[in-house]
Formats: sequence, C-alpha cells, structure tokens
Amino acid sequence: MVLLTLMAIITIGVVRVRSLFAVVILGGIYSFLMASVLIVLDAVDVAMTEASVGAGISTVLMLAALYLTKTEEAPPVHTFALPLFVAIVTGAALIYGTLDLPAFGLAETPVNTHLGAKFLAHSVKDTTIPNVVTAVLADYRSFDTLGEVTVVFTAGIGVLLLFKGRPKPQSNEEAKGKTDTTGGAA
Amino acid sequence: MRLDRILRVMSKLLLPFMLVFALYVQFHGDFGPGGGFQAGVIAAGMIILYALIFGLPAAKRVVPQGLLEFLIPLGILIYAGTGVVGMFLGGNYLEYTYLAHESSHGHHLGVFTVEVGVLVTVSSTMLAIFYAFAERDPS
Repeated sequence: MVLLTLMAIITIGVVRVRSLFAVVILGGIYSFLMASVLIVLDAVDVAMTEASVGAGISTVLMLAALYLTKTEEAPPVHTFALPLFVAIVTGAALIYGTLDLPAFGLAETPVNTHLGAKFLAHSVKDTTIPNVVTAVLADYRSFDTLGEVTVVFTAGIGVLLLFKGRPKPQSNEEAKGKTDTTGGAA
Repeated sequence: MRLDRILRVMSKLLLPFMLVFALYVQFHGDFGPGGGFQAGVIAAGMIILYALIFGLPAAKRVVPQGLLEFLIPLGILIYAGTGVVGMFLGGNYLEYTYLAHESSHGHHLGVFTVEVGVLVTVSSTMLAIFYAFAERDPS
C-alpha cells in the first residue's frame, strides 16, 4: 500500500513537472517502485525485468533522447478540460471493470484452477526446470517468446534504419566546421 | 586533471561484477528468477555504463557496430534454428522432446539454447539502439 501510494505521488509529479529530465528520473523511480510491488507479489521474474528494462535501459535511452532534443516541456496550447474528462471517464470505466474481478489471490479462480495448476504440477517432470516461469516462457509458450524476440529484433532494425538510413548531412571533412547541420527530427 | 576519477575507478570495479551477474541471471534462469531478456538487458547495461564513463569510441572498440549488426539476427536464428532442429529430429517446430536422448533433458537443452538466442538478440539490440542515439550530434 505504501508503495502504491508512492507510485501515485510520483505519477502526479510526472504530470506536474515541466522539466523533462526530472520526468525521466521520476519514471525510473516509478519503475523501481513497480519492481518492488512485483517482488511483494512474489513475481520475481517480472520484477527483475521491470527493474532492468523499465528502470535501467528505458531511463538511459530516454536520457539519450533528451540529449538530442530540448529538456523543457513546451507549455500546453489547449485547455486541459477535454483530456481531464477523457482521463476521468477512462479511469472510472477501469475501476468499474475491476469490480467484477474475483478477490486477490482467490484459489478458485479459473487462472488458478486450470492452466496454472497444470503447469505447476507437470513442468518439473516435463522439463527438469525448477523455475516454472522459465519453463512456461521458453518451453510451453515458446512460440510467444519467439514472437517477443522478433519484436525486439524489429524494434532494433527500425531504430537502426531511422538513424542510419538517412544520409549524413555533412561528411566528416566538412563537419569539422559545424556551421549548419540540418539534422532535424528524422 | 580529469575530475571523474572516482567514477572511472568505481565503474571499472563494477563492470566485471555486472557481467558475471548477467551471466548468472542467464544461466541460472532455469533455477532462479531470470532468463534471456533480463540477462541481455543487464549485459547491454554494462556496455552502456562503460560507454557513459569512458566514451562511445572506447565502447565501440569493445563491441563494434558491425558485430552488433551481426549479433541481432544471429540470436533470432539461434532461436528459430532450435525449432528447425527439433523439427528435423522428428518433432514439431520448437518441440524440444527429441533434442536429447530423454524427453525432459531435451526440453532442458532446448530452453537453454533458446534463452541464449534471446540473450544475444536482446543485448545487441539494446546496445545498437543506445549507439544510434549516442552517436548523433544534437542539432
């Protein structure tokens, strides 16, 4: 509960703060809090992913992106009435949706009675892998993981194409002067 | 005099432990938390820290751009190749049963190989994205 309160405070901070540098750092803190929440929920694998990807790599990449742009958020040009309305309606719909969910950790839910129990009972015998998460991820759901890796691959190719595919504005001999590089947004 | 001496010494001390931790997360992922994704990101984070402290050219001497562009598809090929090998050995695509003399060992071996593929692709992709951002001049 403390963690969730802290996360809410940080979310408000992210919305309020105008300096994008602070926003990125707050985002990293948010990811670390999220990782702590996941550890509390005993989802250690996901917590590790959140800590390394969300708090680590994303923060570094966002800072690298900030290095290329301005670090100050532009002042809003519209009033915030419509976005606030949309946010409140969406939030209310989400909260309404959670009312139908079974109580947290209930043993009789479909998640815990059908597949989860089956995986827990069979995975060690099938694969000799004690970590059920790894067994599900890389064995029972191997196709999905292949898809995920392909997504990462595609993202990498996309970024490389965006950044490399464009011819450089100036060659190396000319770039010494650095008069007017026309490198805008790709 | 350079003012970042503490950073340089401390990061040099930290780097090997980060790499060992990445390898631990990778190869102990069958038994504890972790796996290819996390290990790949940690390994990429190690190189990124090196690049932040010692500069991009130094990092590019350790892991050249060309190597990355070779490694990104290689990981996927390892993953998909494991599936194809399983197919040739008599199973379905990505079925690990026939990879070893015994079904459960085959599954373990298949998971291991697949996680190596994930590690290779994820770490090199993260690093390539970082390189792409870092080597651009702000204009």
